Amino acid sequence: MATTRRRTQSRSARRPDAVAAAHAPQRPLDLLAALRDMTLIRLFEQEAERQYKRARIGGYCHLAIGQEAATVGAVAALQPQDKLLTSYRSHGFALARGTSPQAVMAELFGREDGCAAGRGGSMHLLDPDRGYLGGWGIVAGQLPIATGVALAGVKRGEKMAVLCELGDGAVNMGAWHEALNLAAVWRLPVVFAVFNNGYGMGTTVDQASAEPEIHKRAAAFRMPGERVDGQDVEAVHAAADALLQRAREDRQPAVLEVMTYRLRGHSVADAGTAYRTKDEVEEWASKRDPLALATQKLLAAGVAEGELDAVAREAQEAVDAAVAFADASPQPSVDTLAEFVYGDPRTAEQFARMAPGAPAGEAQVIAQLQQAA
Amino acid sequence: MASETAAGVETMTYREALRLAMREELERDPSVFLMGEEIGVFQGSYKVTAGLFDDFGPERVMETPISEEGFVGAAVGAAMSGMRPVAEIMTLNFILVAMDQVVNHAAKVRYMFGGQVGVPLVIRTPNGAGNQLTAQHSQSFEGWFANVPGLKVVAPATPADARGLLKAAIRDDDPVLVVENLQLYKAKGEVDTSVDGEVPIGLARVARAGTDLTLVAHSFAVTRCLHVAEQLQDEHGISAEVVDLRSLRPLDMETVAASVAKTNRALCVEEGWASYGVTAEVASRISTACFDDLDAPVGRVGMAEVPMPYAKSLEDAALPHEAKILSAALEVCGA
Repeated sequence: MATTRRRTQSRSARRPDAVAAAHAPQRPLDLLAALRDMTLIRLFEQEAERQYKRARIGGYCHLAIGQEAATVGAVAALQPQDKLLTSYRSHGFALARGTSPQAVMAELFGREDGCAAGRGGSMHLLDPDRGYLGGWGIVAGQLPIATGVALAGVKRGEKMAVLCELGDGAVNMGAWHEALNLAAVWRLPVVFAVFNNGYGMGTTVDQASAEPEIHKRAAAFRMPGERVDGQDVEAVHAAADALLQRAREDRQPAVLEVMTYRLRGHSVADAGTAYRTKDEVEEWASKRDPLALATQKLLAAGVAEGELDAVAREAQEAVDAAVAFADASPQPSVDTLAEFVYGDPRTAEQFARMAPGAPAGEAQVIAQLQQAA
Repeated sequence: MASETAAGVETMTYREALRLAMREELERDPSVFLMGEEIGVFQGSYKVTAGLFDDFGPERVMETPISEEGFVGAAVGAAMSGMRPVAEIMTLNFILVAMDQVVNHAAKVRYMFGGQVGVPLVIRTPNGAGNQLTAQHSQSFEGWFANVPGLKVVAPATPADARGLLKAAIRDDDPVLVVENLQLYKAKGEVDTSVDGEVPIGLARVARAGTDLTLVAHSFAVTRCLHVAEQLQDEHGISAEVVDLRSLRPLDMETVAASVAKTNRALCVEEGWASYGVTAEVASRISTACFDDLDAPVGRVGMAEVPMPYAKSLEDAALPHEAKILSAALEVCGA
């Protein structure tokens, strides 16, 4: 699939030279490093699928097998000061941003050492130290929040950008409209990366969207909208890099539509066959697998097969270590059930007294606090 | 405008007290900023933010499009990033389109991310009824929000509390909904501006001392109960104590229980629908905590269980007016 780019009227578009300069990638993608990340994510998710079927992972488990180039290409374009927010199909994002596979697997296992201390699970991974402000479980709910993260960056005068990933199913929510409108009228540095894998659960993009070419909907907000081949990690990286750079420098929000495909169902509980043919899935698996495409490019560039074997071996070792770590990590103690509802531990004590049948005591606690202060 | 009555004590309206709190916090903490519809050059729909735009400028007093889900969500994101946004929802009725951001997002962030990120967000908004604004603009939903762990809900009844609770809300590290009341904006009261005046969230107040009956209320219902307490005293010789809850979440049942232990009778009053409401919660807790103290079943008064009608006669009939409170109080007292 050719990379197509469509620009709408914008401040930068009226200055052609500036646009050309802004679109030069700041740094080329290290394809071997990208393959390393994609391989880790692929093997990690295959392992998560096995562990889910063994009932060691609960809840929902949304895999993104087949979408690794989209994830890695986009995340590789982030700079350390940038922020990332995603939907609930999020394992790959945490791993690509550098969160340890152990912490992610422990979270899927619901253990104390998980990256959200076992409170979030698959849909709510987080790594604030790396600017990953969460996987969010309500479709399109993260979009307005991403605008607010960018707003805070602007208010503090930081030269940063926010990458907000969403699925194609999110673009028909009101939050999409409100978030993009606010980003545009306030000139916020947010790149909305729509991972278009063709299906919102089992509903096709054509069925759900009056304008199924989602990047074109950016025009309604006078922001650039581009479409890129999401199976080509270098293409995704180049497009995301350019848009993120413009976001940082010109406070220009944008829509990046990343055309990709999930080889599995909506979640592990969905076989993914009721609404699409086996031939279609097989076609993508055999001809458009992003790992195979990247591998071919590396071989053509003269990288030795042995080096690629080492990539797979090291990724498998990391995944095995992640499972061992998660398995050894304890379940959170039930004594900690009510921790983290509120920030101030003294407030937690107040709220503990709100349990039905616990009649009184807030005033007493506050009096103690005031004495202590 | 505010007028000085004693050293450091000024008489001002509830509206002015809220404005003073925002002014003081904007001056104190550069991470505080306001956002909302028409809070800038328009000076706020109910003029609560009047003058702040002129003094602090568009970066600190940020006007938003009509886009509650969008800007409340943006406030959540900004709060997660270390800012302290104070978002004004023009009236509580409009918060429903932002409910997902308030309940599913703001309230959950700290817990579901394992305590690593908080949301120091304030949402302030007027509610209430009584101006023939009909079904979609005459509602009191604070009980809904008080149901949600992760949120805090305060509902000041006086100018001093309006200032003090809003300040506490802005300084709190978690999301706080500050429920104001349309009928109270013009109410006047004394505010000691010589002190910081923060009122801790989670502390009720005995608004009037009494010995025969405890009236439990919050926000504008406190005003109604104080009038009823005077009538009870003057016309029936009944001494009613009025407890102003101030905070609905957390709820200070200790103050309520101490009062009921003294009076042995309780009537809970609210402006909202009573079914599944604030009075349902408080009455249940009184029944548990004060079972041995009670001389009569706990009474409750709320708004009629209808959407608010337009006609004045019907609106009056729907509201928890003082006559209704009085009659319920007499029933609890067996008088």
